[in-house]
Amino acid sequence: MSDTTAFRVHRFKQGDEAPHHDRFEVPIGPRTTVLDALTAIRRTQDPSLTLRHSCFHASCGTCGMKVNDREVLACVTNVRELGSAEVVVEPLENAPVISDLVVDMGPFFARFNAADRPLVRESELVPGSHPAEGVPYAERYEDCIECGICVSACPIAGTDSTYLGPAALAAVDRVAEEPRGADVPFALRLADDPHGAWRCHLAFECTEACPSSVDPAGHIMKLRGSLIGRRWRRTPAEPVGARR
Amino acid sequence: MTERAATTDRTPARPARRRGIMAWVDVRGRRLGGWAFILNRVTGLGVLFYLYLHLVILSQLAVGPSAWDSLLKNWFLNPVFLVMDVVLLAGLLIHGLNGIRLTLVGFGLVVDRQRAMLLALGTIGAIMLVIGVLMFISHGG
Repeated sequence: MSDTTAFRVHRFKQGDEAPHHDRFEVPIGPRTTVLDALTAIRRTQDPSLTLRHSCFHASCGTCGMKVNDREVLACVTNVRELGSAEVVVEPLENAPVISDLVVDMGPFFARFNAADRPLVRESELVPGSHPAEGVPYAERYEDCIECGICVSACPIAGTDSTYLGPAALAAVDRVAEEPRGADVPFALRLADDPHGAWRCHLAFECTEACPSSVDPAGHIMKLRGSLIGRRWRRTPAEPVGARR
Repeated sequence: MTERAATTDRTPARPARRRGIMAWVDVRGRRLGGWAFILNRVTGLGVLFYLYLHLVILSQLAVGPSAWDSLLKNWFLNPVFLVMDVVLLAGLLIHGLNGIRLTLVGFGLVVDRQRAMLLALGTIGAIMLVIGVLMFISHGG
């Protein structure tokens, strides 16, 4: 059975003085996701609505946005399960808005990529997997889908524009855990900074919001523990000017 | 081999949608850890305010015994003041107990138990608050 739900969607185009919200009524079924509803708005009501999406199954991390004040992946957020008469959709926080629901992920990726964390894990394979004949094992990618949701949920990122951020710090810890040829001393020096691991104030919003069970706050605290251990042993940054 | 500087380009191309200090007190959409974060800041400021208030009140001792006795009689035994005592105790418990959790977790200890620790310390704090209120009532009544 289909009924309609009201959507109040953030609108902003380059050159606008200020953002505003537009209201749309969208037919909703039991399995309609927020992303389904937004693409329906584009198709039938306002083709100028801009949003970013790709895979529709929580793998690509491109449809991160705020729905009713919480950061989610729109593709796996069921509208009916939200249980609200009006659904408010806004872009992620702490990132420049390019258009409507699309934010500039450039600064996020610049920080994230600095850790240079390899994508494929070596320490863990896919548990219980049955690789095809001729395939020796199933590889497991890192959990982080680089959606930027953790940075949006983080209150510190809201006040410190130079904060490295939960995703990048979690990536540093993964490099420290499992280097796979990455430059560990460099990554640790990146994190051992007043605007790095020490800037976190333990709100744990990043961990709670993460749609991919990365636990960025847990990684940051673990990173702190190992940085404290290194200072205690008087090996703060290992060879300064580390090389790869 | 190339030497790399441990800095990244952290300057956004255009201003971010950033709530600023409001992100620290905005309760919309916050989860358990976020509420603890907000309460820690609010109670921290409250306890700081109380510290100065406490010094101002103690300065009455310098005025003389009659001034202090009058303060006791007219203010400290007033039910409104007792309610403020309860608020103060709640603030101290929240800030102190959550501070224990933050100190442990901040050093990388029991990180995977931080949520359980928050709930456990919250329960202990609630019990201590109830005991405190009962003591206020029995002594102030």
